Amino acid sequence: MRVLAAMSGGVDSAVAAARAVDAGHDVVGVHLALSRMPGTLRTGSRGCCTIEDSSDARRVCDALGIPFYVWDFSERFKEDVVDNFVEEYANGRTPNPCMRCNEKIKFAALLEKAVALGFDAVCTGHYAKVTEDAAGNRELHRAADWAKDQSYVLGVLTHEQLRHSLFPLAETPTKAEVRAEAAERGFSIAKKPDSHDICFIPDGDTRGWLEERIELEEGEIRDTEGEVLGTHRGARAFTVGQRKGLSIGRPAADGKPRFVLEIRPKSNEVVVGPRELLAVDEIRGIRETWAGEPVEQARGFYAAEEAAGTADAEPSEPFDVMAQVRAHADPVPATARLVRGEVDGEPARELVVRLRESLSGVAPGQTLVIYQGTRVLGQATIHRAYSLDRPDISV
Amino acid sequence: MQRVYLDHAATTPVSPDALEAMTEQLRRGGNPSSLHSAGRSARSVVEEARERVAAALSADPAEVIFTSGGTEADNLAIKGLYWGRNAGGSSRPRVVVSGIEHHAVADCAEWLARRQGARIERLPVDTDGRTDPADLERLLAGGADDVALVSVMWANNEVGAVQPIARLAEVAAAAGVPFHTDAVQSFGALPLDFHGSGATTMAVSGHKIGAPMGVGALVATRTAPLEALVHGGGQERDVRSGTVDAPAIAGFGAAAREAAEGLAAESERIAGLRDRLVEGMARAVPEAVLRGPAELGREHRLPGNAHFTFPGCEGDSLLFLLDMAGVESSTGSACNAGVPRPSEVLLAMGVGEAEARGAQRFTLGHASTAEDVERLLEVIPAAYAQARSAGMADHAPSGRWA
Repeated sequence: MRVLAAMSGGVDSAVAAARAVDAGHDVVGVHLALSRMPGTLRTGSRGCCTIEDSSDARRVCDALGIPFYVWDFSERFKEDVVDNFVEEYANGRTPNPCMRCNEKIKFAALLEKAVALGFDAVCTGHYAKVTEDAAGNRELHRAADWAKDQSYVLGVLTHEQLRHSLFPLAETPTKAEVRAEAAERGFSIAKKPDSHDICFIPDGDTRGWLEERIELEEGEIRDTEGEVLGTHRGARAFTVGQRKGLSIGRPAADGKPRFVLEIRPKSNEVVVGPRELLAVDEIRGIRETWAGEPVEQARGFYAAEEAAGTADAEPSEPFDVMAQVRAHADPVPATARLVRGEVDGEPARELVVRLRESLSGVAPGQTLVIYQGTRVLGQATIHRAYSLDRPDISV
Repeated sequence: MQRVYLDHAATTPVSPDALEAMTEQLRRGGNPSSLHSAGRSARSVVEEARERVAAALSADPAEVIFTSGGTEADNLAIKGLYWGRNAGGSSRPRVVVSGIEHHAVADCAEWLARRQGARIERLPVDTDGRTDPADLERLLAGGADDVALVSVMWANNEVGAVQPIARLAEVAAAAGVPFHTDAVQSFGALPLDFHGSGATTMAVSGHKIGAPMGVGALVATRTAPLEALVHGGGQERDVRSGTVDAPAIAGFGAAAREAAEGLAAESERIAGLRDRLVEGMARAVPEAVLRGPAELGREHRLPGNAHFTFPGCEGDSLLFLLDMAGVESSTGSACNAGVPRPSEVLLAMGVGEAEARGAQRFTLGHASTAEDVERLLEVIPAAYAQARSAGMADHAPSGRWA
């Protein structure tokens, strides 16, 4: 198989590429140039490439004896990932740029170019597993090492994308083993630290970075009863669950700290309340995708939509899932259904997930990934989440 | 797989004579600045090489300052002349450069503007990539007392356009302004006459003519107001200190002699191959657009240069597919990490950004053969068709992946 190994310059993608070579594939290494902003470079040259990372990837390819190229995706990355990140925050949502990059860059723009140039698959250093059944259907599963498992950020992949994806780190028991293997193979990057956070915000100060890019306007802070408690410097600068930076003069009646419960970007209001109200037990997602074949209940719903017209389809039969809302969050048991609902006044299909244990730290814009056992069923973008006791307060 | 090397403008293989001269001096050793016998012997090798380089460029040996290469020679000229012209209380902030200079010149000028208070004025180019001496005349007509220097390359490295150097140098001289020319791509390809050109300084590089990498020269008139960039032992007319690299310079001398002796016949042979490449491309890929002068004579265009834009594809896709098929070419411009960006030279010539992204440069040299050209013409139609199907990097991916 002709394989394009996407190489960040880190240890995971290096070992993944090496394993693809060992498996007998015809491998070419490609480093993606994603940034032109000088501030995001460890070492810079004309502000177009991360020289050190690119050079690390090149040296691994030298050691493997495979060709190496740098491909420029900075324009697409800016438009599809960076600009989208800012826009989502500006609309009061909390996006995950790594998922967006997988969805739009690595397994779309890059994969498309790779396939057009004669490759059969893109190989990455993600910790996740793809299986194939007798009929040729692919499934996405958690990696052997649950602590490193990255199936969550791959939850956006579709069946077509999984058909062209190779994750050689699927069965690795631990990250330590990957580092040991890199050292054994003589890769200079064996001890290179893991990358953290968001690659285009080098100092990790996401709020500061956003505040330079989002126009803020002073607005009101209200409690859940609608009473004005104070003013804020701009609703768009807040995230659901945030406690710091509220600067409300008066303490709450019960003396307990208050948290951001809801951001209303249209009216520029921030709703605050006690921690308990952050707990939600129903989540509504939109734009669902399936990592492989949809479950039977979903297939039935799509067939009903087609037969009855989208507006009249009855909700799907419920199906049991484990729901996960962040990359490193614990999944919780839940029941899922597809329904016809309404989003921003427009009819839309929703994935409604009722949790059996309530969750905190859920925010609109985050991705809800649903699992059955180790299998990733699919994902949807969260647009609303609430406690069934107080459905009027929606994160 | 048969490898076809069509990137001689990037570097060309070392010639056997140069390799021999270099290794011989490496074995012999000696510091050319030492006063004893070993030193004198090394000095003799360096001076003989200086004479050969000078002879190949129609300059005097005393005018040849050896450097670590073309980039250092350009740095010495641009910064050295700028500081020399602004010494002793003079104020000459204006720096005139063409819009198609190599980074070795363009980035020096930009650095001077950023850090030293220089003001850059750019000479425009026509759609062939050529400057017009009348534009320089207009720039200098209003008074040139505040102009530090003018710099225009002898011939462009991407599209091969030969510049009217003698006339430009004449205009600069009439205004009393020093004139620098970057002749890195022209040395070995065109007859270079430093004295006849009227230039104040001229940069050349060894590895473009069959010498090793890491050696070059700035040719400078005896009166060129050059300030040193590298201080130390006072070697090379006291403008370029550092132990003189006798082995590399020996190789440079040997390659310069070969280039001078074989120039007429070799450049005619190479131009013949290039003409076949250009004609063949019109049949193989009719959509390809030749960039740079359409007149292929060596007064207009470097003999080994063929440069095209291929509509609807990324230059790096085409480069990848050609490389996989065994043909080595260039997108014409690259930064350190190897990311191609739309060429500033093409943009200055008025080529649109999308078209500029599909650039591919093929450059022939002394090792090139007719088979090389045939092989390129054989593989390019399929490579182009496939590169085109991969599309442009700024287009959104298709719905297949959503």
